Amino acid sequence: MAKYLDRSADKASQQMIKQAEKDSVQLAWDRLEAMQPQCGFGELGICCKNCKMGPCRIDPFGEGAQVGVCGANVDTIVARNLLQHIAVGAAAHSDHGRDVAHTLSLVGNGHAHDYGISDSIKLKEIAKIYEIKTEGKKDLELAREVAEKALSEFGQQHGELKFASRAPEKRAELWRKLGIMPRGIDREIVESLHRVHMGVDNDYKNIIMHGLRCSLGDGWGGSMIATDLQDIMLGSPKPIRSKVNLGVLKEDHVNVVVHGHEPTLSEMAVKASSDPELLELAKKQGAKGINLVGMCCTANEILMRHGVHTAGNFLQQELAILTGSVEVMMVDVQCIMPALTNLASCFHTEVITTSPKLKFPGVRHIEFKEERAYEVAKSIIRRAVENYKKRDKNRVNIPKEIMDLVAGFTAEQVKTILGGRFRSTYRPLNDAIISGRIRGIAGVVGCNNPKIKHDWAHIEMVKELIKNDVIVLQTGCSAIACAKAGLMTPEAAMEYAGPGLREVCETVGLPPVLHVGSCVDNARILIAAAEVVKEGGLGEDISDLPAAGAAPEWMSQKAISIGTYFMASGVFTVFGGDPPVLGSKNVTDYLCNELEGIVGAKFAFEEDPIKAARMMIEHIDKKRAALKLTPSMRAKV
Amino acid sequence: MSKIIASAAIRGAKVIYKEAEGFLNKTIKEKGEACEVKFPETAFYFPFAYALLGEEVKNLSDAKKVLDFSKTLLHEEPSDKIWLPYLGDTLDSGVAALLCEEIIMALRYLYNQEPQKDCNGFFSDTILRTLGIQLVDGRMPGFAAILGAAPDNKTAVYIVRELQKRSIMTFVGSNVNGRSIIDQLLEEKVEMGWDTYIVPYGRDTISGIYPLNWAIRGALTFGGHKKGEALKNLMYCKNRVFAFGMVLGELDDIKYATGAGAINMGFPIIADTNVPEIRPSGICTYEHVIRELDHKKIVPAAIELRGIKLKISEIPIPVSYSPAFEGERVRREQMFVQFGGKYSDAFEYVKMVDAEKIEDGKIEVIGPEIDDIKEGGATPLGVVVEVSGRKMQKDFEPILERQIHSFLNEAMGIFHMGQRDMCWIRVSKDAKNKGLKLKHFGVILHARIHDVFSAIADKVQVTIYTKQEDVKRISEDIQKVYKERDARVAGMTDESVDLFWTCTLCQSFAPNHVCIVKPERIGLCGAYNWLDAKASYELNPTGPNQPVKKGECLDPVKGEWAGVNEIVKQKSNHTLERFCGYSIIDSPETSCGCFECVVAILPELNGFMIVNREYTGITPAGMTFSTLAGTIGGGQQTPGFMGIGRLYIVSKKFISAEGGIKRIVWMTKELKESLTDKLKDRCKELGDPDFINKIADETIATTTEELLPYLEKIGHPALTMEAVM
Repeated sequence: MAKYLDRSADKASQQMIKQAEKDSVQLAWDRLEAMQPQCGFGELGICCKNCKMGPCRIDPFGEGAQVGVCGANVDTIVARNLLQHIAVGAAAHSDHGRDVAHTLSLVGNGHAHDYGISDSIKLKEIAKIYEIKTEGKKDLELAREVAEKALSEFGQQHGELKFASRAPEKRAELWRKLGIMPRGIDREIVESLHRVHMGVDNDYKNIIMHGLRCSLGDGWGGSMIATDLQDIMLGSPKPIRSKVNLGVLKEDHVNVVVHGHEPTLSEMAVKASSDPELLELAKKQGAKGINLVGMCCTANEILMRHGVHTAGNFLQQELAILTGSVEVMMVDVQCIMPALTNLASCFHTEVITTSPKLKFPGVRHIEFKEERAYEVAKSIIRRAVENYKKRDKNRVNIPKEIMDLVAGFTAEQVKTILGGRFRSTYRPLNDAIISGRIRGIAGVVGCNNPKIKHDWAHIEMVKELIKNDVIVLQTGCSAIACAKAGLMTPEAAMEYAGPGLREVCETVGLPPVLHVGSCVDNARILIAAAEVVKEGGLGEDISDLPAAGAAPEWMSQKAISIGTYFMASGVFTVFGGDPPVLGSKNVTDYLCNELEGIVGAKFAFEEDPIKAARMMIEHIDKKRAALKLTPSMRAKV
Repeated sequence: MSKIIASAAIRGAKVIYKEAEGFLNKTIKEKGEACEVKFPETAFYFPFAYALLGEEVKNLSDAKKVLDFSKTLLHEEPSDKIWLPYLGDTLDSGVAALLCEEIIMALRYLYNQEPQKDCNGFFSDTILRTLGIQLVDGRMPGFAAILGAAPDNKTAVYIVRELQKRSIMTFVGSNVNGRSIIDQLLEEKVEMGWDTYIVPYGRDTISGIYPLNWAIRGALTFGGHKKGEALKNLMYCKNRVFAFGMVLGELDDIKYATGAGAINMGFPIIADTNVPEIRPSGICTYEHVIRELDHKKIVPAAIELRGIKLKISEIPIPVSYSPAFEGERVRREQMFVQFGGKYSDAFEYVKMVDAEKIEDGKIEVIGPEIDDIKEGGATPLGVVVEVSGRKMQKDFEPILERQIHSFLNEAMGIFHMGQRDMCWIRVSKDAKNKGLKLKHFGVILHARIHDVFSAIADKVQVTIYTKQEDVKRISEDIQKVYKERDARVAGMTDESVDLFWTCTLCQSFAPNHVCIVKPERIGLCGAYNWLDAKASYELNPTGPNQPVKKGECLDPVKGEWAGVNEIVKQKSNHTLERFCGYSIIDSPETSCGCFECVVAILPELNGFMIVNREYTGITPAGMTFSTLAGTIGGGQQTPGFMGIGRLYIVSKKFISAEGGIKRIVWMTKELKESLTDKLKDRCKELGDPDFINKIADETIATTTEELLPYLEKIGHPALTMEAVM
């Protein structure tokens, strides 16, 4: 098979990869090839470079060194490396949450006039969770208090994260009993870094349990704060139509791609893209308009709230530039490939960095300031418009592929979707699971990774799940993958879903695969799971639910943190491709077996997406049996 | 599919809104905003606006507010492709339809256009009070609102008669192409009115609001919910008002929109035409919309759809059957035959089986029937009930089994006591003469299990054994099952749970008795442990087993909790103030009549004796079991005496306030033997492994005079314990 066909399951991407081959442009796949063979020690997680006595590495064949210079054995080294990954992932999500809380605080204090309170109902709900009195308070006053409380949770040293109280009581009690209830968001991350220092924590189980606590501070802390405070400030998503894939780039428009994760600036960029002054300017440059589209999770954020078109997921960031049609790629933080600048220099595309946390040498940096957000956004869009005239029309090669989708599902919206304003409820979902129309719930999330055929694992896994009546919730790049494959259209229920799930989709008007947002929005899945438990009839804890999670094409540390907090919350979680832990039999066994007896869930590693889906279904059936439910409505016919 | 229904309902709501808007604007123009508007004889203004929005509509300008609100509930029709979720929108449209229909009907009253000829019009609060209470307390099983017209008059009559037969209140109205079921019934001279349970509301769909805004007033009146408590009011209707809509003939958008409104109240729709179905449940208890093209089947299908529980008016047995007979006794002189008790071996056993293994309604008697038995005798009896069902669980077996007690008792001339292999049944001569046979036990159990446990039982088969060898063999086999059931609760403690359960199953015999079932104190009948009670509650949330929040612990030694006292007071009809769960002296728990054993004080020995039901001899208390039972039963507190389940004896909480098991000075040999292993374990825990041998039995003594020297000889601890009284 031609290389480009092997590298991606997505036609648009295949076309661009082929184009790159022709132009001898290096992409992630080529760099992966050049990197072969990759370090086996790294793959297994058995090297340690935490101190200058090292670097040390353990001989996986048992012949050479079995302990590092300090005496750390393979279990300690692998567990410490894993904890470090979790801490980095949790830090990334949580720092995002912190920025959002900071912005809300500015709004509350009247310093960020371009933003306001878009969902005052949710503001009140969150205030209640924070035990802030709401009576008689104006939105801005309440916003200020909520933001302060949220910010204080980052530096909190004692007690518990307030949002953890949103978990089922039984789960929270278990966290307390196991001593893994997060005390503060930053504290657990910092303590992780302490524990991995030379000569601190040497008990792999103790290390991993702290990893669970640190990740919970992400899922029920940093990420959840990001999601909820964004909803308050930028609006809570509602079901909305949009389009996805590189075909959303337009030949006759100024194309701006916003890429990264934080929506605060991109939100303003969306607004600025319809600024009459800039539109006028675009016309003058010979463009028909300004076409702002998203990439990665920034895409998911503005898609969920405004239906802004999505150009692609992680492995398409280079491909978008390759189309020769992008005037500006505005980036914020996370998952921005350093390769972008080199590639952009081959085209007229200008990469503009906006966060003080992310800069490239020699790349234009226009720093985002919440206090003058619109102005900053407008200046960036203006640069794009002005750049239009530099576009070489002969090099423009935009794939035709474009797909419809419905996005905008949240834990709160589900109630209205199922019951309207007067009977808003999770009951129909619980009933559908109990009756076996819906066999279970799966969260399929995570990244792209050139080691796995782009999008393929996501699509195959999700198709297998919905065929077996498992409803799928998605976030991040995984969501974009399945959206491109048409799985997020309501029509997909007719084509791909099993008969039970199809019946439910037809009743409600739902796609069988629900887009619930960006990767911090995995917190929405936690809340939804807690709501399902609360609605009743499916056990008392998340670990009782017929539910499973997966990250079939994961690559980032954030994915490890997400997987860990899902597991620590009681969700069986499958990674496609092994995390770097296989070097230690003990650590692997702890993660993939023993933890089930402790937190009611465990990890599994399986690269084959169909096999992984079968494992999830098997787990769902096991949980159904424990709840004394039939495997599925049609299983017994 | 549902999208067609959603589109129609969303469109229909807009049409109804338009009509309400036009009518209201015209009225305001003609009469002014201040013009009063109201329905006759109601204190609830516009009932839906009042219940859902908290609006007290008194004049046209108030009505305008409701109209404006209803506009916010209108939505776009789902698109042909890439549609957005429409279920919520459809439900919203339904509410908009209800609010607007109410406006239209009230305006019609203003212009004297209501009630329509031969129709009732708005249902007054008086009707609500007289008939509504029956509807929500279950005496009236439910109501049907029929819309449209049957294909012919005969069918129309057939359907309403079928409903009438089942005491289901039937509201008739609306039309199909101008033809209304009201006129069909009038032509056939069917008598209509509140007395006959057939009430015509109006010949258009909009007037279908009458039965609906009658039901919502039920939530306000009987549910005690307040105006504007929309969700509570709607949920009350879903949970307590067993209503459904039946649409005869073609549907139009208006009917769909009104139907969507009804679905918000948990009222499903059944149609006799080829409508798309909405089967997944959630807003309604079961399916939301179904079709049944066969008019012969439409009424049973509707009843099933709404989950209406019909009182079985007639079980085909030759004697009367009613709850009224539950407490009836068959005395020895009236008795034709008896089974079990101390007279013969008998047991009853409910078993879960796979559906394919049994045939519903099959009843078999293996061995002699009643006619083959000599009058006044006792015969062995084994009742095996096999049940299958999609929702049946192994845990429900003991619950169903325990209900055999009341099911058989409710037949005139059958007396039933006890449970498991300790049941005791008598059949009266009178019943025998009327033709009652043992197979009728099966008929009763089959009918009643279907009736009461329809949610879990799909098929029920009953086998009755009357040959000694069969009864003995099966009875031995099921000992294992009894043990398993008892073992499930072992390991749980009273401290480990927040909830206890009431059991008021026996209130037919002992109206003020209530059992408080705890993990460490099994129900005194021995058949209901904490888990059974919990399962029973799951099955029947309004049944005899209700959760008891322990509340503040007032005395950990005596086992007294504020929450328990509160419930005891309430459930004992205020005859009891407090219960001490672990004491037999201070406010002990009461006894009905089903207890397995009696614990009785022997003051001169500073201890207690225990006698089981099977023991017929005299006890050191100077009384037989039956005399003791007669003294302490009936739901009264008798300090020093108490009925208990066998397993309570080996519980750590067994009269622990008085020193527990060490106070036992005497128990029957059989009882001791049946609990040997468990007793030994308890003795070991107490650090006195030999204690079991210090408990005397009838082979050692049957009077306190004989007992005292024995106890002194072996050094029974009770003698040196603190004085019990």
